[in-house]
Amino acid sequence: MTGTAEPLLRIEGLRTVFRTHGGEIAAVDGVDLSVPRGRTLGIVGESGCGKSVLSLSVMRLVAHPGRVAAGRVLLEGRDLLQLSAAEMRDVRGSQVAMIFQEPMTSLNPVHTVGFQITEAMRAHDPRASRAELRDRAIEALKRVRIPAPERRFEEYPHLLSGGMRQRVMIAMALACRPKLLIADEPTTALDVTVQAQILDLLRDLQQETGMSIILITHDLGVVAEMADEVAVMYAGRVVERAAAGAVFDDPMHPYTLGLLGSVPRLDEERETLLAIEGSVPPPFALPRGCRFHPRCPFAVEDCKAEPPPLRAIAPGHEAACLRAPVERLAA
Amino acid sequence: MLRHALHRVALAVPVMFGVLLIGFMLMQIVPTDPATVRAGPTATQEVVAAIRAELGLDKPIWVQFGLYLGRLAQGDLGVSIINNMPVTQELATTIGPTVELMFASLLWSIPLGIFLGTVAAYWRGSLLDRAIMAVSVAGVSVPVFFLGLVLIWFVGFQWQLLPFTGREGPLWTWEGIRAIILPALTLGGVLVGPVARMTRTAVVDTLSADHVRTARAKGLNERLVVLRHALRNALIPVVTLIGLQIGFLLGGAVVTETIFSWPGVGRLAVGAILSADFPLAQGTIIVLSAGFILVNLIVDLLYAVLDPRVRQG
Repeated sequence: MTGTAEPLLRIEGLRTVFRTHGGEIAAVDGVDLSVPRGRTLGIVGESGCGKSVLSLSVMRLVAHPGRVAAGRVLLEGRDLLQLSAAEMRDVRGSQVAMIFQEPMTSLNPVHTVGFQITEAMRAHDPRASRAELRDRAIEALKRVRIPAPERRFEEYPHLLSGGMRQRVMIAMALACRPKLLIADEPTTALDVTVQAQILDLLRDLQQETGMSIILITHDLGVVAEMADEVAVMYAGRVVERAAAGAVFDDPMHPYTLGLLGSVPRLDEERETLLAIEGSVPPPFALPRGCRFHPRCPFAVEDCKAEPPPLRAIAPGHEAACLRAPVERLAA
Repeated sequence: MLRHALHRVALAVPVMFGVLLIGFMLMQIVPTDPATVRAGPTATQEVVAAIRAELGLDKPIWVQFGLYLGRLAQGDLGVSIINNMPVTQELATTIGPTVELMFASLLWSIPLGIFLGTVAAYWRGSLLDRAIMAVSVAGVSVPVFFLGLVLIWFVGFQWQLLPFTGREGPLWTWEGIRAIILPALTLGGVLVGPVARMTRTAVVDTLSADHVRTARAKGLNERLVVLRHALRNALIPVVTLIGLQIGFLLGGAVVTETIFSWPGVGRLAVGAILSADFPLAQGTIIVLSAGFILVNLIVDLLYAVLDPRVRQG
């Protein structure tokens, strides 16, 4: 990818499987990604493509019966998958933090906002005094622009709106100044005006702190606005990877092309929105070869043989497609 | 919080009235005539009629109920037919031991049930989980009297480890504690199973909740995740169940007190009913029902303590 500096996070050959009655199925199957320092990596894909499982795998929070079966997750060169449970706890919250899609249920209803924020701080700084933690938590609430933070500190989550709760989640996630924030569909459950505010806030906080962000979303608009680099996922694999501008202006994988074709745009005249034929295959019934080929208008016989690896089509622009770049074929 | 409490107290009033009415009606249905019992087997018709008039039993039922309520309001529960003692006095000496027995039973059974349920939920599907659940199903299925008799036979009689007849002193004395162990094991034993099962279900639920994932993502250790974020939230349904189970526990207290000769309200009730001592039986029903209503009131208030949404809603 762009830049020669060592990235903050590098994911290599990550494979996360779930045990079912029919055997093991891979929700994430051989993913390579990297997140540069201070930048935002957007991961896009439809529901079920494995993007949330990917983020939980980085945090080692995949719930039973899932487990990370192979690969490396290198944070500044240290493989998180090799850490002991206690070492991993130290990483969570302090170096890598996470916010989730559902701000309504992601906070515990029986503890105050202040308690939940100070609890995160105390986990990584057990010697801090109560008063000091309180000051720092109120500072954190101020940083995410929550009005009357002293009052909010004492309140329970059910008194807050969805947008406010997501701000509290962000304040909690950033309480220990992590180097990497994983945001899993952070704005999906919010209404549009609040979405924009939360995205603005994330961008501002990134500039203040210099943290890296992994932004997981199905919303191409959010990616276009936020991401520096983009990875497109389909059926557990990365199918295209490039700088954000390149993906939007010059998509090379037929799936990306299909995704972009299904988004209404104001700057182009389009008679009808294009839909991708068919639906995402379930992980227990993946087609052989390229996983997109049954839905791909450009598929040829070779596509059914072997899954195509990611390869550089242009400098800094990779796609996992035998026929890429396909934009010329589409024209 | 105060409004919530007042609301709950207000709701308890009609319930208590219903209890008084039903208790009164039950005593009317019983095919024994209290005046005949009082008069004794050799009394003449005239004597029985005089006693009936004296007890007010010759008046219409609703008048009797009205008079009964009037006396109740003055704290007069009547006089025991058998030994002529005021019912309030009989109750006063038995409430203490019953409360003592209930307290001693809850003291060990609820923490144990919650602990077992949480352990089973955390390692759900494991051998440990299955063992705990098997034991609690067995616990649910064993009748109180059977458990009591088994304990008496082995621990009390065969091995002579602990006393099993009656209360031997207040709880702050060594004898008092020794004497309450077997009755409290018997009565509490009924509760461990249901509490463990309910706790397991509730904790399994909360362990997969989003906020538990958040707690882990913060870097909390598993002990805090389970205690503060899973069990703490799971206590809300568990407390409700405990409130309901305490009704059964009062029933169990009647049996336990009888087989251990524990001088409580339950044993008094059994004696009163068997000897057709109506005023005394009615008095014990009132006390046991009031206890049940009081416990439910406490549970309702605990609810508000545990769940801020109830407190402020």
